[in-house]
Amino acid sequence: MATVAAAPAGRGRRRARLLAGAVPLLLLLGFVFLCVAAPLLWGDPASATHVAQAGQGTSVRHWAGTDDLGRDILARTLVATRNSLLLAVLATMLGGAVGVGLGLVAGSSRRLGRLVSAVINVLLAFPALLLSIFFAVLFGLGSVGSVLAVGAAFTPGFARITQTLTAAVVGRDYIDAARVLGRRPLSIALRHILPNIGEPVLLYSTIHIGTAILSLSGLSFLGLGVQPPSYDWGRLLSDGLTRVYISPGAALAPAVAIVLAGLTFNMLGEWLSDLIAGRESGALPAGPPQVSIVDAEADDGTPGDRLLEVRHLRVIYPGHRGSVATPVRDVSFRLAPGQTLGIVGESGSGKSLTASAIAQLIDAPGAVDAQTLRFLDLDLLDRQAVDKVLGRSMAMVFQDPGEALNPAIKIGTHLLEPAMIHLGDPKPVARRKAYDALRAVAIGDPARRYRQHQHELSGGMKQRVCIAIGLMGEPKLLIADEPTTALDVTVQRQILRLIARIGRDTGAGMLFISHDIAVVAEVCDRVAVMYAGFVVEQAPTATLLAGPAHPYTALLVAASPTMTTDKVAPLPALDGRMPSPDAELPGCYFADRCPRADATCTGHRPPLLRIAGSQAHRVACWHPLTGPDRANDAGTNDTRTNDTGTNDTGTNATREEAPL
Amino acid sequence: MVSLLILLTATFGMIHLIPGDPVAAALGPSASPPLVAQRTHELGLDRPILTQYWSYLHDVVTLHFGESITTESSVSTLILQRFPNTLRLAVPAFILVVVLALPIGLLTAVRTRGGRGRTTRRAFVGLTGLLNSIPDYVLATLLSVIFVVGLKALPAAGDQGLRSYVLPVIALVVGPAASLSRIVRVEALKVLDTEYIRAARARRLPMLLRYGRHVLPNMVTASLTYGSLILSGLIAGTVLVENVFGWPGVGTVISQAVVQKDYPTIQGVLLVLGATVLFMNLVVDLVLGLLDPRSRVGEL
Ligand code: SF4
Repeated sequence: MATVAAAPAGRGRRRARLLAGAVPLLLLLGFVFLCVAAPLLWGDPASATHVAQAGQGTSVRHWAGTDDLGRDILARTLVATRNSLLLAVLATMLGGAVGVGLGLVAGSSRRLGRLVSAVINVLLAFPALLLSIFFAVLFGLGSVGSVLAVGAAFTPGFARITQTLTAAVVGRDYIDAARVLGRRPLSIALRHILPNIGEPVLLYSTIHIGTAILSLSGLSFLGLGVQPPSYDWGRLLSDGLTRVYISPGAALAPAVAIVLAGLTFNMLGEWLSDLIAGRESGALPAGPPQVSIVDAEADDGTPGDRLLEVRHLRVIYPGHRGSVATPVRDVSFRLAPGQTLGIVGESGSGKSLTASAIAQLIDAPGAVDAQTLRFLDLDLLDRQAVDKVLGRSMAMVFQDPGEALNPAIKIGTHLLEPAMIHLGDPKPVARRKAYDALRAVAIGDPARRYRQHQHELSGGMKQRVCIAIGLMGEPKLLIADEPTTALDVTVQRQILRLIARIGRDTGAGMLFISHDIAVVAEVCDRVAVMYAGFVVEQAPTATLLAGPAHPYTALLVAASPTMTTDKVAPLPALDGRMPSPDAELPGCYFADRCPRADATCTGHRPPLLRIAGSQAHRVACWHPLTGPDRANDAGTNDTRTNDTGTNDTGTNATREEAPL
Repeated sequence: MVSLLILLTATFGMIHLIPGDPVAAALGPSASPPLVAQRTHELGLDRPILTQYWSYLHDVVTLHFGESITTESSVSTLILQRFPNTLRLAVPAFILVVVLALPIGLLTAVRTRGGRGRTTRRAFVGLTGLLNSIPDYVLATLLSVIFVVGLKALPAAGDQGLRSYVLPVIALVVGPAASLSRIVRVEALKVLDTEYIRAARARRLPMLLRYGRHVLPNMVTASLTYGSLILSGLIAGTVLVENVFGWPGVGTVISQAVVQKDYPTIQGVLLVLGATVLFMNLVVDLVLGLLDPRSRVGEL
């Protein structure tokens, strides 16, 4: 379905992209036509002088009026196309040729390169117009001088882009190979480098023809460019300007021509680069991040005592070609105040997106959908009007504290903001709180840290600061998303302990997300294991470690044999991959990697069900590995599933929710 | 520093690189050979080149730019008279470009994040592209056709009080503001995607505070780095715009001087303009250093 829908959409976009080029291409054709034909068609009215008709304003015979010798200005503007465009192309080619040459030298040879690029740098610091004026003075007034001048002014730009491109190509193997074979530098440059950088350089040239038109006209406008009796648009414009009161048309006609020409080449360049970019990105597969869901834990905490309740949470992203990705497919759980729930899963299992969904950090085009998504008594699906409460009572700690702290803002400001904004504390009060919070996360000398920026702190210190920021409100829920992954091993343990202690001290509930089951086990009362957007198993930590029921959990636990070592063994090699977020499977998402999979597994989705004899242990698997109890009814279980299999996905929710 | 030296050498070398005899060219074909020789001597152009270079550097440091070949009046005086006028156009324009481009680029970035607002994006790119392809002198011409000739609402030329600033400044600002706001948008998109902005959102900081205090400083760094070229182009832009409006700055001076081949004047004005550009780059670097606590300026 998805692919069928995608094909026309892709084709439509390609057509739109091609169509976007129609306007500049037509304009370009028009200009080329004028270059060739205008002098033949309108050459006479453009040059014939009629003193009797001199200096007229706009009239039916002369749309743009006449100049002081009675020549028709519109005709002159049209005829001037050839001069203006030709000179611009020449100047661009000149600047391009010299610039590309210099760039090749700078990009491919080391010693000479340094000198050339130093000169390029200095020249680039000056605006092109100043350079053109300088060179125009050097080369003398007139067409030749101004073409040379504009070309010279363009040279550094071309040299820079060529140098950058060349440097990228030179590092590649085949250039080295050519060098080893004893090719001379010149032949390497021509045969190997130029073809590789040709496309971007041509693109750059296209845009620069537009710039050249503007620059040349500018020089002529100043009287430095084309000299009478020949003329280009810039000349016509400055002539027209002197008589702008009598006949505005005299200035308008060349002005419009200049803008139109500049625009044409600009659009052309943008269109071409769009085409190139489109060609490259078109080959990319649709790839939104994958996330899996935690399934609901129904039977913890009394109903009146719930901090966070998540039921059938989904996170959906529209794919690139009409498909839909669901990185979080079905997550439900509940958290009571003071409880700690760990969510474990590989990258792409959906654990972090689950956290983002709770923190309302999923951006459009992503969408969050759930039967229930409640925090305290707030509906998190409603994005309005809850900022104050959320800001005060929900705190989040991110994976990389270096990234999570704003480099341009002092630590103190980070700390003050939540208290001043969400609690309305006056600054002195907030500052005192900030010092307390820093002390609470074991940062010595808070007054000094307060004034520092994040780059002045160590990684562990930064994460402490992030936790302290969370303490500035009145946190009821702490979401920690891989809070130790980015830290040094030696610091990880300290931060882990700190987080556990903060959780205890504040009495806040905690959602702890990690790929490492050992880390989770250290901090959390309960663990939920996620795979491909589902919670596949959920249990009190000790239960889960002692007797994992889901084959996937078993692998995770086996990969992390002792809770006391920091070493994380890699997952035992599994065939296949986790299904991608846009995959749509009828059965178990783990089936193609699961050693116990059978036809039931691939045909029917296993619901998250309580394991007999255990209140809090739930698993979504047709053939769970459990203790003797479970093994006994495995047979009956199987038959039961086969009977009701088709209904399972549908009735799943009701059966599971009953205990809620 | 190196740039300054190169600038000095270039302006000095200019008069020697010109094909033919500059003095003869400036005085015109009617000038007699003895007169040319006399002026050449007065200008010191018959001395050894290194001596000339040295005395040129000395003159520049003491702000003596020599005398105009055509009018024989002091170039320094002329520049001191006219240059403040140029600055009075360029400085407000500079400020306006930044003041316009930052919020416009930032807002568009917010509206077009993550593939949203396709129409907004297209309109923005199209419009800035259009505005960017209208060169300042053409825009200046169009503006004066509309407001001076058509509506007779604003003074046409010269410096006649506050109202005469309106058109030249607009003409200077539009193009650079358009291209700078493009850069700002791209930079803002990068910043909006960072983890610290996500963290600020997780902390539920109000929008204005988030954009004002958290996004802006991080974005200004990169925007100004790329934008400094655009801004120094503004100085060059004044040359053309001044000519359209007959503004009594150095721009009108240089265009006359070039036509009259008045080389000392050209040298002086180019030197001043070039130095201004270098000075502005320096200022931008310093501002960046102040804004960015990591002082990345050293690496740039
Ligand atoms: S349902 Fe089947 S495939 Fe899925 S985990 Fe259980 S045994 Fe494996």
